[in-house]
Amino acid sequence: MRDFWKLYRRNRSAVAGLFILGLVILMAATAPLIYPEDPFRLAGASMQPPGEGGFLLGSDSLGRDVAAGIAHGAKTSLLIGLLATIVAVGFGTVMGGLAGYYGGRIDNLLMRTTEMFQTIPSFVFAILLVAIMKPSIESIVIAIAVVSWPAVARLVRGEFLSLKNREFVQACHTIGMGDAQIMLREILPNCLSPIIVIGSLMVATAILIESGLAFLGLGDPNIMSWGFQIGAGRTLLRSAWWVCTFPGIAILITVLAINLVGEGLNDALNPRLRERQ
Amino acid sequence: MSHTAKRLRYVLKRLLQAIPIVFAIIVVNFFLLQLAEGDAVDVLAGEAGSATPEYMAELREKFGLDKPLPVQLAVYLKNVLAFDLGYSFRHEMPVLDLVLDRFFPTLLLMTSTIVLAVGVGIVLGLLAATGLNTWRDTLISVFALLTYATPLFWVGLMFIVVFALNLGWFPTSGMENIAAFHEGWDRVWDIAHHLVLPTITLSLFYLALYTRLMRASMLEQAGMDYVTTARAKGLTERRIMFVHVLRNALLPVVTMAGVQVGALIGGSVIVESVFAWPGLGMLAFEALFSRDLNLLLGIFLLSALLVVGVNLIVDIIYSWLDPRIEVD
Amino acid sequence: MSAPLLEIRNLHICLPEGSERPFAVEEVDLDLAPNEILCIVGESGSGKSLTARAVMGLLPKPHVRIADGSIRFGDEDLADVSDARMRQIRGSEISMIFQEPMTALNPVMTIGDQIDEVFRFHENMGRKERQERAIGLLGDVHLPDPAHIMRSYPHELSGGQRQRAMIAMALALDPKILIADEPTTALDVTTQAQILKLIKEMQASHNTGVLFITHDFGVVADIADRVAVMQQGRLVEAGTVDDVLNNPQHPYTKDLIAAVPSLTPRPPRAQSAEPVLQVENLEKEFRSGGGFFGFGGSERVVKAAQDVNLELRRGETLGIVGESGSGKSTVARCIVRLVDADKGKILLNGTDLQPLNRAEMRAHRSSIQMMFQDPFASLNPRSKVGRIITQGPLLQGVDKNEAETTARELLSVVGLDERAYDRYPHEFSGGQRQRIGIARALALNPDVLVADEPVSALDVSIQAQILRLLDEIRERMTLSMIFITHDLRVAAQVCDRLAVMRYGEVVETGPTAEIFRDPQAPYTKDLLAAVPGKSWRSA
Repeated sequence: MRDFWKLYRRNRSAVAGLFILGLVILMAATAPLIYPEDPFRLAGASMQPPGEGGFLLGSDSLGRDVAAGIAHGAKTSLLIGLLATIVAVGFGTVMGGLAGYYGGRIDNLLMRTTEMFQTIPSFVFAILLVAIMKPSIESIVIAIAVVSWPAVARLVRGEFLSLKNREFVQACHTIGMGDAQIMLREILPNCLSPIIVIGSLMVATAILIESGLAFLGLGDPNIMSWGFQIGAGRTLLRSAWWVCTFPGIAILITVLAINLVGEGLNDALNPRLRERQ
Repeated sequence: MSHTAKRLRYVLKRLLQAIPIVFAIIVVNFFLLQLAEGDAVDVLAGEAGSATPEYMAELREKFGLDKPLPVQLAVYLKNVLAFDLGYSFRHEMPVLDLVLDRFFPTLLLMTSTIVLAVGVGIVLGLLAATGLNTWRDTLISVFALLTYATPLFWVGLMFIVVFALNLGWFPTSGMENIAAFHEGWDRVWDIAHHLVLPTITLSLFYLALYTRLMRASMLEQAGMDYVTTARAKGLTERRIMFVHVLRNALLPVVTMAGVQVGALIGGSVIVESVFAWPGLGMLAFEALFSRDLNLLLGIFLLSALLVVGVNLIVDIIYSWLDPRIEVD
Repeated sequence: MSAPLLEIRNLHICLPEGSERPFAVEEVDLDLAPNEILCIVGESGSGKSLTARAVMGLLPKPHVRIADGSIRFGDEDLADVSDARMRQIRGSEISMIFQEPMTALNPVMTIGDQIDEVFRFHENMGRKERQERAIGLLGDVHLPDPAHIMRSYPHELSGGQRQRAMIAMALALDPKILIADEPTTALDVTTQAQILKLIKEMQASHNTGVLFITHDFGVVADIADRVAVMQQGRLVEAGTVDDVLNNPQHPYTKDLIAAVPSLTPRPPRAQSAEPVLQVENLEKEFRSGGGFFGFGGSERVVKAAQDVNLELRRGETLGIVGESGSGKSTVARCIVRLVDADKGKILLNGTDLQPLNRAEMRAHRSSIQMMFQDPFASLNPRSKVGRIITQGPLLQGVDKNEAETTARELLSVVGLDERAYDRYPHEFSGGQRQRIGIARALALNPDVLVADEPVSALDVSIQAQILRLLDEIRERMTLSMIFITHDLRVAAQVCDRLAVMRYGEVVETGPTAEIFRDPQAPYTKDLLAAVPGKSWRSA
């Protein structure tokens, strides 16, 4: 673990990413303390520019506090990003692992399925799913996970496929080890690094998809989110630029931070995979 | 077998492989329809305001909605294969006519975006890789990193604020100035003028993707043995980079360009709705608001077909770049 | 000796900071005369390849660079010549061929285009003339149908053909010096013999000075005029091939040469007639490609094993020898049931293993164990050595403490410190890892050990140690062994009997000494004739 941090620390932008991500998480965690009121509440005069009327980042056409929305939206973005990623990575790992290990028909089925998912415009598919299931946190998480798991499955399948022919796995067969143990204790630990990396990058993508859905009006109507703020503010573009601008910056910074962390993880975890050199 | 014959065979094989995928998408489409609450008759009844249960049952029988699921699926398949995508009760038009009407603007936007994103991405990646660890590389990498993290719709809105509202260089929305009744080249110019902002907006994310991919691919290829061989032949670094490394480095970028077409259509939903570009994405946005599921599914199907088509073109380009196609 | 073509004096090549040693190459002096083949021999990490690359100006700068010394070529010092001048020299006056001809050629360019570049960059020639010269060159290196090869891509040629094309490219402009960096290591022995012959032939007809890098003393004996031996970046001995090979002075050279297995089979041992393992009519096919409405290209069927019959008697070592693609590894994997054979019987102590399913097979696992080729891939990088060795016995129901005690004993049997038990594989060298692999196989106390090329990834001195260890263990534990190898020298020293395989078929079986003395099958004769350095150390 200490070795890992040493490797990770070498990438300075990754450390910066981790720091920013920490701040975003802090903001999400303290939002109920700083802005204890409902962010949908009308907090004062409408259309206030940043800094005026007691609004740090201004207010929108209904007098909602943009800053309060951003603070509460952080929780939504992180939560949905994380949940969707966990579901997608979990399901993708199981499917990819089984397909890569057993090959044959199940592998064929998985490959055709992922090819189909590559052909389907995934964002359109997510829109359809949310529209059909009615917008809610659950349906958004499910929709994002459904369009994201094939990438994980392909990656894990590739790893399992190459590792199952490694001699150390064959050695396990020659001592009569069972399939479950081989998959879980021998192969899986050796492909955790790429799974962690793709998972971290997937959180960023999930946040982008979530904000896109919310922007189109497919967010959970009871929960404040950055995409919703931008979508609601787009009609005010001429008169109140701040309503759209600040939530967008929040998305950018969060996604950027997560991407930097993902790259840092990649740099730090990969040399271990290549330790045979 | 000659190289041309191999290439042809490869492309044909890819075409045939697409058939079951298209088939699967149609089936998925059908089940999504089933998943949705209510059926066409409920929608019709809702439109009409009042309908007796007897009348609705009659309608269901007429549309075959009372038949078992497999029969309905077979009917649906038959209809789709006959290019019958159902009826949009909201627009009071067959879905097919609606989507075909909006097909061209989307195709235009996609084409210009792919050309811009792939073209500029390759150039930027090349520039970054050849100037590794210089300010040029840093600048390009930071740019790619930022655009990779920016939500499309937000960039679109910011572009509108800056370039359309404040500077007035480009129109804020639409595909052409209909009121001006342009004709001939004037019209082409007008459309091109409207195309600039949506194209740049939609390109940015993919531009970042291809830049990063191209850079990584160039660096990976530069470490290969054949580069050492080329150096041992006394070739200049320029020739090694631009002839030997470049062509090999392009392969993963081209593959990725094919993979990303689907995602690009997803992005066009957002960009079209931001810029009121009258394409499939805009139509999808409208359908979403009016809960016109038939129409949404029709758009979904057509966009999937579009992806299949573009992928085929990518395959042809790939087969031309990589002589090893038939080996794996 | 005429004036040297190349004079290397006091060459130092430094490594990046934080490496194991500051210099990859230190104080190296070498001379290369025209029309001479100088072999630089050494084990991995000896600095032989970097020395060659320094001459070509192909060091991975800026981290690895020439720190001191000179490389005199004509009246220039290649250690500090300008980049532009170095480019002129490369490919026209000094050229180079590499170990892996597949990766050394650009996969998306035709052979013709790749040769053409050499002419275009160094000579002023018309297109037609360049093409004629290239076709001529391909003919010179005995490639069939040169005009067709010109239009071919590297993946369409065989390994030997690719290396011939590389040689043609390197000799295109009649260079004064050819540097060959392990050019035959990736090839099968029969192909290797042909390529060595070709290099010698081309060298003689062009009066080229050849700097030939190799780890294989057999190759040295076949091709070298003079030899330089390197160890840990230093030159330890240099001289004529006869002096160095037959009368080595430096202790390191002596050790290295002593480690090369002799081609004379060791005396046969007393044998029991009782068979412990019999393989009868084993068949295995691999299918790939094809099957997609006929558009996937024709289906390829590889017959990896065709009617293979083998018998292993108690206490003996049966060698299976053959080149790559002969099916020897597949047969080994069928025997331990890693691969399911299509047909045939595998009788272990009279029980047929072939029809058993995995659960039924488990009871027999402890009787037959396997040892693998790649010391790095054969141990799970995330498991401690102790776990790797004990998991077999634990699965067979052995008590945990007992398994640990046995594992610690085994570690000392295979010559490792007992403390290795709690360490991870990456802390060990290749030879040590093979010892761990042996310990893992022995932990189940098997009757039969199937060893798949267990020493072919190791340096020759380590190889000798592992072979000695296997010999000791075999005596001590009365193991019967199936030993897969491509190296007839190793086979001669390890195996009591041999089975020679080609294209999935056993072409000949018999006692090792008999096969070496009087091979029957034409293929066996070819194989024996192709062993590098067969006239040297044959006694």
